[in-house]
Amino acid sequence: MSSPVIRAEDLTKRYGGVLALDRVSFEVAEGEIFGFLGPNGAGKTTTINLLTGLARPDAGRILYRGEETTGRMKRAQRLLGVVPDESNLYPELTGLENLGFCGALYGMRKRPREERARELLQLFGLEGAAGRRFSGYSKGMKRRLAIAAALMHRPPILFLDEPTTGIDVESARRIRGLLAEMNREGVTIFLTTHYIEEAERLCRRIAFIAAGRILRVDFLEELLEPLKGKHMLRLTLSREIDDRLGELSRAFPAIAFAALAGKRCRLESAAPVALGPIVRFLEECGIEVLEAVRLRPSLEEVFVEITGIEAEAMRREREPRPAGGTA
Amino acid sequence: MRQAIAFWNILLKDMRAYYLKPPNVSWGILFPLAWTAMFFIKSGSGPERWREVLPGVAAISILFGTTSMLAVTVTFEKKGRSFERLLLAPISLELLMFAKTAGAILFGVANAFVPFAIAAFFVDLVPFAWGTALPAVLLLAVSSTFLGLFIAVSVSEVFEAQTFSNFFRFPMIFLCGLFFPIAHLPWFLQPLAYLFPLTYGVDLLRHSLQLPAMLSPAVDFGVLGLFCWALFAFSLRNVRRRWIL
Repeated sequence: MSSPVIRAEDLTKRYGGVLALDRVSFEVAEGEIFGFLGPNGAGKTTTINLLTGLARPDAGRILYRGEETTGRMKRAQRLLGVVPDESNLYPELTGLENLGFCGALYGMRKRPREERARELLQLFGLEGAAGRRFSGYSKGMKRRLAIAAALMHRPPILFLDEPTTGIDVESARRIRGLLAEMNREGVTIFLTTHYIEEAERLCRRIAFIAAGRILRVDFLEELLEPLKGKHMLRLTLSREIDDRLGELSRAFPAIAFAALAGKRCRLESAAPVALGPIVRFLEECGIEVLEAVRLRPSLEEVFVEITGIEAEAMRREREPRPAGGTA
Repeated sequence: MRQAIAFWNILLKDMRAYYLKPPNVSWGILFPLAWTAMFFIKSGSGPERWREVLPGVAAISILFGTTSMLAVTVTFEKKGRSFERLLLAPISLELLMFAKTAGAILFGVANAFVPFAIAAFFVDLVPFAWGTALPAVLLLAVSSTFLGLFIAVSVSEVFEAQTFSNFFRFPMIFLCGLFFPIAHLPWFLQPLAYLFPLTYGVDLLRHSLQLPAMLSPAVDFGVLGLFCWALFAFSLRNVRRRWIL
């Protein structure tokens, strides 16, 4: 790995009696997209807050380009662009004014910041909305402007906290494309997400975090390596299968069975799986197979294995709830 | 230079977003006007007493103008998370908070001169010591603004900012010598009057209009300066402790 541009050493943070981060350590190399993947409450936002100066660690060290900045983050903030999980731009200002103001906070003079703002508005497809108040933007537009605002002062490091959560598919796709483009231009990206596919599509290295602890940090290829040559299926059944797992394993010893939430189970084997005998066996046990899906070896499988958290459950956590729904 | 650009743009943004909005401008004019009218109606006296009333009305205009605006705008930005954007900028917390308060200070100064401008049409304000009045108005605006900042960083909701502001403002109005001379207050309330910056500001404005005052201008300036420093320092400490968790 090339020299680390960000280095976190044993970062620990407590909020009252809750241990939000427990000795979190990782490095981010210059020019890479580093993914921080975990469910709600895992410590992703806390980590970003510590790394950007919005919070102070109780213990541990933060180094940017080899220089320790723990407790004096103002020294590092010029290097950083930050896109929070919720928009923090000014609703009463227009898109252009918001970008201009953000540039001014980093000491940019009027003409360069106006030129930069127009360049970014064009790049992010917002030039038509430059004169509109931010409060009138759609969610996707707001998110794009927030990213543009973070890039105003041309920071070499960009932090993004859940950049595509809660926005439409088209906007999310566009944002991913823009992030890849920013990265090609040399921007190091630290991305937190709970969308596994997003991490898999964008990131070079990924850290799995759950309950404030880093469970694994590795290159995407390394994470996927154990799945190469594996055959996986996911079955949706008429009832829960937990009580039949032992029988299934004995009947089909070459296949590993795992029960999933929502009356589903996962099958994993080194050889291709013949579905017919399994369906018949289950039918004899009074369980109907409603659906069988062949799974492509993906990061989702690795994530489930390492964290024990089901990807589907994590995905549902942050999806907008229907109006009138309960939490 | 970079710090100056950031400072100027924070101030400019706040002026445009909050202080120069028509409702606030009209409030800045109507509020002193209403207080002045109230004094005359209550006392039943004519313009000959205007000079006596002016220090109090100007001081109250500053106090209400600055504390109301700053306490609410800072709390509002904190709640809406746009304050985080400022905390992420590579500018010192001192400069940032000074930039955030500069708009309110200017608003307070402008408010103070409304009653003076109105009075100048009706009575002769000469003799008037500008050399005392200008720094007095400025220091009063700074101390009141920093009181607003202290309130803003001590609460988390906008409505709390309003309520907490009144907790300070109303005792100040009644005890600063505006309604009753401090010497006429019950003995146990008299020490309280000296705990409020408004008391010293009113006293200085009385000096500038060459009206009888309690303390020397040097003491008034010194104590007001001390209030400014203490309120600002305490507010910064609270921001570091409560907002940068």
